[in-house]
Amino acid sequence: MNQLVSLQLKNVSRSFGEVDVLRRISLEISRGEFVAVVGPSGCGKTTLLNLLSGYDRPTSGTIESSGRRRMIYQQDGLFPWLTVNENIGLGLRQLHGEREREGAVTDLLRLIRLEGFERHYPHQLSGGMRQRVELARALAGESDILLMDEPFSALDYLTRMQMRRELARILAERPRTVVLVTHDIEEAAQLADRVVVLSERPAQIRDQLRIAAPRPRNLTDDEVVQAIHRILTVLGIEHEPERATEMERTL
Amino acid sequence: MKWKAIVLPIVVAAALLAVWAGVWATGAFHESAFPSPLAVARGFGEEMRSGRLLNDSITSLFRVVCGFLLAVGVGVPGGLWLGQVLAARLAFLPIINFFRNLSPLAWMPFAILWFGVGDAASIFLIFLSVFFPIVLSTMAAVANIPAVYFRVAEDYGLHGRERLTQVTLPAIMPQVITTLRVTAGLAWLVVVAAEMIAGRDGLGFAVMDSRNGLRTDLLVTAMIAIGLIGIVIDRVLVQLTKIPSVRWGYDR
Repeated sequence: MNQLVSLQLKNVSRSFGEVDVLRRISLEISRGEFVAVVGPSGCGKTTLLNLLSGYDRPTSGTIESSGRRRMIYQQDGLFPWLTVNENIGLGLRQLHGEREREGAVTDLLRLIRLEGFERHYPHQLSGGMRQRVELARALAGESDILLMDEPFSALDYLTRMQMRRELARILAERPRTVVLVTHDIEEAAQLADRVVVLSERPAQIRDQLRIAAPRPRNLTDDEVVQAIHRILTVLGIEHEPERATEMERTL
Repeated sequence: MKWKAIVLPIVVAAALLAVWAGVWATGAFHESAFPSPLAVARGFGEEMRSGRLLNDSITSLFRVVCGFLLAVGVGVPGGLWLGQVLAARLAFLPIINFFRNLSPLAWMPFAILWFGVGDAASIFLIFLSVFFPIVLSTMAAVANIPAVYFRVAEDYGLHGRERLTQVTLPAIMPQVITTLRVTAGLAWLVVVAAEMIAGRDGLGFAVMDSRNGLRTDLLVTAMIAIGLIGIVIDRVLVQLTKIPSVRWGYDR
């Protein structure tokens, strides 16, 4: 596999018994690229992520990856019995030397702007703060690939918007290859370099679009709005503009 | 708020004492069947001076601690095993449910036949009464650990023993502590019953002995001691819920 490639899927299929969940998916994700995977609910997005993380194996096809993979989960994946410090420390287990680890934790806390919360437990933090700690833990210890499973779906609307901004800022400081699985199309359009649209089960790649605009992007930027429209059109939820203007005329 | 928590219980206790004294003053019961508060206070003093109340309390507490620790020592590991291994659960759950529903007091005759009258019989009965609830509750707690914790453990390289001590045990700790509080209360109930029949000392024996000697004042003294020590046991165990790493299980 080429050095510039982080993850490579060739003709990957996954079925559970009789049920085909993924069908012949081929995808190449470059080092440092941010790829969002969107699709109808239940289409196998999480299955795809489980394959990418190595937790699950494909029924056929091959998956290659280079670098340390870290997963960020939908539900609270922080250990509630550990402090913020200790949770982040989990990501640094391979670092030897107390000093080195402490320094790394301090840097990460500064990065996620939670200095002063190192001794707090997760249940003492807000949802957004917890998700930032989760991010810090996944970034810790020279991870290369972040796999995110609807990481902001449990947050309220405004916090979710802020977290997108935070993620863009944090990735600018600590570049990583990111695969974000989400049902939130705005999120995909606002964050990703490339959006992969999956079909209904068995999931196949329906469309891919690149969004070249630099991050952070506003939700109302032209490129973002256009991308949202295109994704929704591919999913059959929005219709082509001509018909829209026609409708406007009739109104 | 703070003063209410102190004053209100005192008012209730005083009212209860007044009712007690009132009923006694009507003379509806014979003195030997219904002691006055004053007689109980004198009996209490007598028991304290002779040292018997203290000895009986220590004896009963010793038995409870032994039986309880034994049950925790076997029950928590047992529950961990049952919670993790489906085949073990299938095999043992029916029999555990059988014994759980069998009053430990039904074992009393065997306890005396096997261990004689004394510490061992009471410890055996206490063990039987708390072992099954501890096993079942630990098992349920393990089975209810969210799967995501084990995924995270895997991601960050926690396997085997590390997974047990750093994920499974801390994840069940809040529920285990709650179970310890409930079962410690149960053990304290059982020790009195056990000592009434299978003891030659202890607070349960003191109850029985007072009845046989028609000393209802000493009977009430023993009852008061039993109630107060029960409260103290729970107050001690409630401290466990204040450990920072288990607070998450209670602050909701």
